[in-house]
Amino acid sequence: MSEEESYGRIFVQLLPRVSGLRKRGLAGWAILAGSTIVSLLAIMTITAPWLSPHNPIAINVGPLLSPPSNQFPLGTNHLGQDMLSRVISGGAIMFQVSIISVIVCLLVGVPIGLFASFKGGFTDKTTSLVMDSIYAFPGLVLAIAIAAMLGPGVVNMALSIAVVYVPSYFRIIRSQVLTIKELSYVDASRMLGANTKTILVDYIFPNVVPSIVAVATINFADAILTAAGLTFVGLGLSVSTPDWGWDLTYGRQLLASGAWWVIAFPGLMVVLLALGFTLLGEGLSELFNPRLEK
Amino acid sequence: MGQPLLKIDGLSVEYSTMRGRIRAVSDVSLNLEKGSTLGLVGESGSGKSTLGFSILRLVPQPGRIVSGEIDFEGTNLLEHSQEDMRKIRGAQVSMIFQDPMTSLNPVKRIRDHFIELYKTHEPSVRKEEAVSRAAKLLDSLGIAGERIDDYPHQFSGGMRQRVMIGLALALNPGLVIADEPTTALDVIVEAQILELLKRLKDERQLTLILITHNIGIVAEMADIVGVMYAGQIIELGPTEDMFEDPLHPYTKGLLESAPNIEHPERSMRPIPGSPPDMVTPPSGCRFHPRCPRVFEPCPLKEPALIERKRRLVACHLYD
Repeated sequence: MSEEESYGRIFVQLLPRVSGLRKRGLAGWAILAGSTIVSLLAIMTITAPWLSPHNPIAINVGPLLSPPSNQFPLGTNHLGQDMLSRVISGGAIMFQVSIISVIVCLLVGVPIGLFASFKGGFTDKTTSLVMDSIYAFPGLVLAIAIAAMLGPGVVNMALSIAVVYVPSYFRIIRSQVLTIKELSYVDASRMLGANTKTILVDYIFPNVVPSIVAVATINFADAILTAAGLTFVGLGLSVSTPDWGWDLTYGRQLLASGAWWVIAFPGLMVVLLALGFTLLGEGLSELFNPRLEK
Repeated sequence: MGQPLLKIDGLSVEYSTMRGRIRAVSDVSLNLEKGSTLGLVGESGSGKSTLGFSILRLVPQPGRIVSGEIDFEGTNLLEHSQEDMRKIRGAQVSMIFQDPMTSLNPVKRIRDHFIELYKTHEPSVRKEEAVSRAAKLLDSLGIAGERIDDYPHQFSGGMRQRVMIGLALALNPGLVIADEPTTALDVIVEAQILELLKRLKDERQLTLILITHNIGIVAEMADIVGVMYAGQIIELGPTEDMFEDPLHPYTKGLLESAPNIEHPERSMRPIPGSPPDMVTPPSGCRFHPRCPRVFEPCPLKEPALIERKRRLVACHLYD
């Protein structure tokens, strides 16, 4: 059987659930709200060069630290940069970092989770031990430590976030695999001569996909907060890139002088984006949780 | 009398548990000729399913085959490599499961189950051919060929069991092991599935091992019956003889504890007590604490399986 076809079938499994979202109560609405927020912010970030009224990194476009006004709706910062333009374009790094980190997590966490927990025994125990020890660290602290070792940069930020989140994937997948591998259709396929690869790819993986989707979405939200945190403590990118994290750093210093708008609006964006992903993720995991299905 | 297709010799299977080793199958020997049906009966935990799984060498963890030989078509299955064994499963020995509701992969169409099976064993088979062969097979099992594009949840329990039977028979295996194939089905569907199995048995000269705790099914289907108790075969012989004149007190008990439509006036008599704890099985004959005809040698000496009246029985009454 061709690969595309078997993965096409995963969507066949997902689609009927998505089309009936409105009827799924709170979970359905959470997914709709979450995906609306996320896609609006994504469109805003992509079209930022056309949307933003000023160059977000140009200094002295207006007076220094001017409060929100008609000319500068969100005010300016201490370098005279237009905050509206910075808010519009500042999400690019967040999106890149979170997308790369989720991809890395998927590429590393999913195969390890599937294989180790299917194999069981020593392999499973060792992998679980390693993953649980990573899981035991506070996420942001570990990410800061790794980012400090790797140095600044989009990929490095993504990697340090990925290390923190791989264990969540591993745990979710492990719990699912342990259940699924005991089901009799897995036994049945083995009785009919299926090999381990077939069982993993065709039998176990498709049944784990819904949970992976849910974890990945929540991972997005966490990655955004962690990315903001990393830039905030100075492990992000150079100042020449517009980024909500940087604006938070400056805004914190400027807040004392009463310039609340420098920190408020970028902070709001971070919260909004994280909220969007969280709503989406929680909604999806509730939707895919078979125990809650009526 | 033909050449035996399957010859099991001194097979023992152990489960290592926290409480100690459990000998689920203990020194079992039996022969099965081509085209005949063996019914394995016994209470839950008597080792009949474990015996079935060990023929495929798929005894669930932490079980292990500790000794014995399983000769199938002249080769010892226990000496094959894992990879050779995998090729035998499904193609030469296959299994039908107890629970058809969960035996099919919910995210795969019926056709994909068949395509996968054919591809696993004959990599050169083209998809279209696999599908047309499967459709024809399903047709003969009472499922319209066009339903091959449906998903398992679109089928009822009985139909899923038909699909499972189709998967088990698709490659014309020499031996089919049916582990309680109708336990999860209601009585009417059960009758249909049994009728189907019977027809297939005659048409295809199937060699079948039927594992069940339902005496009625065995009476209807099997040529020979093996009664298992606490991991041992205690009586083995032609079905008719066994039902007419059971030798072992346990076999008698089993027959008396089942309803009999020809003699409804006879009330059912259950066997007192419960199956033994397999960590510390009773001494001597394992049935003696529950046996109505127990006498001196029973707790002391394990009875040997000896030939009496064309069949094998392990009981001190016949020493």
